[in-house]
Amino acid sequence: MATTSISFSETPLLNLTLRRADDALILGHRLSEWCGHAPIVEEDIALANIALDLIGQSRALYDYAAQVDSSGLTEDHFAYRREQHQYRNCLLVEQPNGDFATTIVRQVLFSAFMDLYWREMMKSGDESLAAIAAKAEKETAYHLRHSAEWLIRLGDGTNESHARAQAALDELWICSGELFESDEVERSLIDAGLAPDCGSLQESWQNRIQPILREATLKIPSTPFMQSGGRCGRHSEHLGYILADLQYLQRAHPEAVW
Amino acid sequence: MSEKHLPLWEVFIRSRSGLAHKHCGSVHAADAEMALQAARDVYTRRGEGNSIWVVPSGAITASDPADKDELFAPALSKIYRHPTFYEVPDEVGHM
Repeated sequence: MATTSISFSETPLLNLTLRRADDALILGHRLSEWCGHAPIVEEDIALANIALDLIGQSRALYDYAAQVDSSGLTEDHFAYRREQHQYRNCLLVEQPNGDFATTIVRQVLFSAFMDLYWREMMKSGDESLAAIAAKAEKETAYHLRHSAEWLIRLGDGTNESHARAQAALDELWICSGELFESDEVERSLIDAGLAPDCGSLQESWQNRIQPILREATLKIPSTPFMQSGGRCGRHSEHLGYILADLQYLQRAHPEAVW
Repeated sequence: MSEKHLPLWEVFIRSRSGLAHKHCGSVHAADAEMALQAARDVYTRRGEGNSIWVVPSGAITASDPADKDELFAPALSKIYRHPTFYEVPDEVGHM
């Protein structure tokens, strides 16, 4: 399999684009796993809609990554022909769907961040990223609205739905800190006005999350420890299984088109 | 699925400004906000609408199909009620 992996030179702009693209692709894939399994048909369609929004965002971003790279690679090469350690997504999006509450908590934490991020990215000096952000922000605002309303109903619902929502929050909270890391790779782009500073979004994120959790009668876990590593390719065991699924066809039949 | 926890809502979509909301189907949802979102996700995925109404199905009073003769048959013989004898000026627009 290794023989068909791509190699490329990862400039800061390419790395940043892949971080956003991989977040969207991996979460989109995770949500697509609900297709045919959601608790009710209305929600089955809702989750598939969100999955399709995210996969659409990832396509635009991979396409831009291919332009930035400009060595003849395409969006499919970036999506399907990299090794696990070359994926730049955060750990949160690769976490398993778990029960419905876990999926919803993951979505609230991520969408609340991404909505703020895309809003800032709309001001980017990079016209392509600004245009992708303008489209993605509208989609993301709905993802947050939908998942937040569900979380409020799960948290403030029955004893069982409350317990499941709190357990999901306790489990996923340690993956939330990574969203706000801005490392050396992003620093030069932030200074050049091409990308938002993730760290600067943390306070606004908390201001959005807290009223939702309060209404949902859920408690933010007190543990200060945060897990990270996804942005530089140190992933949890879960990503390998996702990629095995996702990459099978392009690995078995490189350059297949349909 | 429990009708008690997830009652039925009727969905009405308006496709363009100026047109009326039209009934297009129904969804199950716990409350009005979730019904609105379900309607958006199920019925506007292909750009069908720019406004949605959701109404609890129980709030609709429907005519009894058994009454159709007394309710509707008398209108069938009154062709003069169709405004086919008038020309509608273009300025009137959609009627």
